Amino acid sequence: MSGDFHTLSLKATRDAIADGSLRAVNVTRAYLDRIEILNPTLNAYHEVFADRALHTAQRVDAGEIKGPLAGVPLAIKDNLCTDFGHTTCSSKMLADFRSPYTATAVRRLEEAGAVILGKTNMDEFAMGSSTETCVFGVVRNPWDTRCVPGGSSGGSAAAVAAGLCAAALGSDTGGSIRQPASFCGIVGLKPTYGRISRWGLIAFASSLDQIGPLTRTTEDAALLMQVMSGQDELDSTCAPDDVPDYSAQIDQPINPLRIGLPRQYLSDKNHPTVAAMMDRATAMFKEMGATLVEIDLPHTEFGIPTYYIVAPAEASSNLARYDGVRYGYRCENPTDLVDLYSRSRSEGFGDEVKRRIMLGTHVLCSGYYDAYYTRALRVRRLIKQDFDNAFASCDVVMCPTTTGPAFPMGQNSDDPLAMYLNDIYTVTCNLAGLPGISLPGGFVEADGRKLPVGLQLLGPVFEEARLLRVARMHEKASGLSNLIADI
Amino acid sequence: MTSASPALDIDLPNGTTARLMVGLEVHVELATKTKNFTSTPNVANRGYFDAEPNTLCDPVVLGLPGVLPVINREAVEMSIRVGLALGCEIARHTKWDRKSYYYPDLPKNYQISQYDEPICGEGTLEVPITDDPTGPTKRVRIMRAHLEEDAGKLLHEAPGGYAIDYSIIDLNRAGTPLLEIVTHPDMGSPEEVVAFCKTLRDICRHLGVTEGILQRGQMRFEPNINVVIHRDGQTYKTPIVEVKNLNSFKAVYGSVKHEFTRQVEEWLQTGRVMGQRAKSTRGWDDAKGVTTHQRHKEDADEYRYFPDPDLVPLNVSEAWLSEMQADMPELPAVKRRRYLGEFGLDAKACDTLLDEPGLTRFYEAVLAQGADARKAAAFLLNTGSKRANDQGVPLHELGITPTQVKGILDLLASDKVGSSAAEQLFGLCCDNPEVSPEALANKHNLLQVSDTGALEAFVDRVLADPKNARAIDDLKQGKDKAIGALIGQIMKLSKGQANAKIVTELVKKKTAAG
Repeated sequence: MSGDFHTLSLKATRDAIADGSLRAVNVTRAYLDRIEILNPTLNAYHEVFADRALHTAQRVDAGEIKGPLAGVPLAIKDNLCTDFGHTTCSSKMLADFRSPYTATAVRRLEEAGAVILGKTNMDEFAMGSSTETCVFGVVRNPWDTRCVPGGSSGGSAAAVAAGLCAAALGSDTGGSIRQPASFCGIVGLKPTYGRISRWGLIAFASSLDQIGPLTRTTEDAALLMQVMSGQDELDSTCAPDDVPDYSAQIDQPINPLRIGLPRQYLSDKNHPTVAAMMDRATAMFKEMGATLVEIDLPHTEFGIPTYYIVAPAEASSNLARYDGVRYGYRCENPTDLVDLYSRSRSEGFGDEVKRRIMLGTHVLCSGYYDAYYTRALRVRRLIKQDFDNAFASCDVVMCPTTTGPAFPMGQNSDDPLAMYLNDIYTVTCNLAGLPGISLPGGFVEADGRKLPVGLQLLGPVFEEARLLRVARMHEKASGLSNLIADI
Repeated sequence: MTSASPALDIDLPNGTTARLMVGLEVHVELATKTKNFTSTPNVANRGYFDAEPNTLCDPVVLGLPGVLPVINREAVEMSIRVGLALGCEIARHTKWDRKSYYYPDLPKNYQISQYDEPICGEGTLEVPITDDPTGPTKRVRIMRAHLEEDAGKLLHEAPGGYAIDYSIIDLNRAGTPLLEIVTHPDMGSPEEVVAFCKTLRDICRHLGVTEGILQRGQMRFEPNINVVIHRDGQTYKTPIVEVKNLNSFKAVYGSVKHEFTRQVEEWLQTGRVMGQRAKSTRGWDDAKGVTTHQRHKEDADEYRYFPDPDLVPLNVSEAWLSEMQADMPELPAVKRRRYLGEFGLDAKACDTLLDEPGLTRFYEAVLAQGADARKAAAFLLNTGSKRANDQGVPLHELGITPTQVKGILDLLASDKVGSSAAEQLFGLCCDNPEVSPEALANKHNLLQVSDTGALEAFVDRVLADPKNARAIDDLKQGKDKAIGALIGQIMKLSKGQANAKIVTELVKKKTAAG
């Protein structure tokens, strides 16, 4: 019964259910079985909705639910609100929280017939690059369980790579989709800011957060993008721009294609194998007729400091609502209001969250605001300008997603700065509001470990279709598609 | 104004003068259909005044995880209308900021407000300081007006006044659009402050942006008060006091007056003057008639303002602005001049008509039908007000339409109905707003008989009645009072439909001729 359904891509699963050769219930059951076996090791899921998922699948089989994703089993990052189960942000603060409403992106997936298998673990409030700040335990990388899956969408990435779902949703504030996608050998797309409604995405840094898909193929990413994108009257930062037909375009190669290689990204900080991956990709694109252009992104080095001012500033404000008054964790026996606030928050949040709240509170204080926040916004504009200039001479920018492959658990957990540097290639994309995609770039072997590493493509705003087409070219040429960790 | 101000309750030493300086922060709850950032109904909208606690809530109001605000267009338009009425510069580009502070009635622990780009900039308001509409005014400069959200309410006793040893929260008010209007410290007496508050309230109500019910907190006043003292060629400024959350004109008057005296007294005792950012907050004790210390603001408040990333900045286009300009109603001060001058109404009628914007609109709708301004005013304020009082319903909501009022006025003017019939007719119209007064008068036999032939028959019958001989004699001898009994009988005979005026003429003529 439970065949190797998990090795099918989302699109193949969808097509097989649609043409009747597979029953949605069997597919869902197979995934649930696999979760039961593997999740205790990986800890990708915090909560699994077995009954609800099977019920939805039955309705798909009965023809009661139709749509472009009918019967496709998906996982949802646990910072997306669902009116079923819990929505915890992997935090003690929201460990028992149930949302009365569902995020727009999740609702659209369900309306398209998707089967939601469960909610995945993440770094607490999406703050982290390793999913080690998850209050429900660390998530393991299915390629090597001694390593982290990346973060903050580590649970989603691990679930996709281990075949515990056909695809998953993540959110990306400074690389939280692309970095774990890179570490787990899958495709992770961070859309243009405003492409997908943030309604129901628990805010970390509102001006940077975007929801996006984690999939095993570029086609699967296109399918999910299609369903989730587009205007939402509940999010005024969500763009009214038309949504192109991503799937219809994805197999059209771009020719001529100009690929920009930022000179700043080829730093000596890169793991030697990452440089090798870049060389392979460059050669591959050259062979396909692409022109390679060296481009200049002069403000790149300010990306991390700018990000670590803007993101904590917004987070300190966004997380102010978790005060123990109306919902969420409340300390025991508060003596007065201030005690209720301070103990609920210091007991309910983990160290990384508190660190960022303090950072953000500090930079927004009246005496420091101009020195930090105003300046950071100015640099942010310069970074955006860098990209605008770059896209005058190239169609996409290509660079590594990360400086190296997944690192062993515990390696960076006592060194926040080292952890923050993980975001070096991913944050500028969020600061500039651009779409970025990480796709499998190959495998590297080091210290007896064989780990995937990701290749990143960045495009101009609302050019997700272009990114997907270029990514598809690489996917076809490299054969690095639908990789499933052998666990 | 100097030490001669009647508001100062103490005598100043010789050679010392004290000048009061008051600026205002006024919070106006806008009566939009829905809250400022979500589609849940607004407690400041009439239909929801008395909503049960915590029923006007949704995930946005509660500040649940994952929610986003979306700006309310109606609230923006109302704010701009107030700005236009106050002659403010309207921002073409405006944005919202987060103002952070922790309090249980503020679900997100930040308030969405406007920091450095308020929707309305500098303006002025000419405040009448006498009853004469052409009399002198006090010019008060407006600094700004910005659109923010209200907080909920923290209650320290249970509904019904029961004591509890904890606090409870009602979030119905949370997220109500609030326009904060800030003036320069241009007011120099409690009278001027109250006159400003009243004028502003009238304007806001006539613009239809708020019901302006003070007891419900729909307009809240916060005077910023200090005193400039001159002595021996030196100038001393007392520390600024902000009196929080006043919701009656009496409290505004009382607190300003009390502060004036209190600050001068304090200065005489301590000599303390305004320091860097020195500002303290006081409350108003209505029972004792004094202000009481709440807290010092020696340091600037740390609100950590920053632009709200969840809201997009708003551009006010010229087209949109001119549309709103074109839609601006006539302001109450202009109306007052017109009613008193052009219409020749007396001050009392004028005030009554302007006191309730709904009534003003109703009255003007009657005039738009071509009715005579004075007659319409008199009729509405007598017949209409009487019924409104009896029924406990505002006149303009009794049911009668402006067209019907014009119809009754026409029937009165052409003597087809008398005044008591007109009153009955008014009531009938209230119950039958679709039916014309003429038809109703017909149906209910209220049209009076003015046909002299028909009336003469009634008159003759009564005059021929022997029991009336005495009255006729009295009348002939100049005892005019005697006519009443005769007319009463004629009216009775005609079932009340005889035109009393014509009947009187006829009786007089016939008794004189006889």
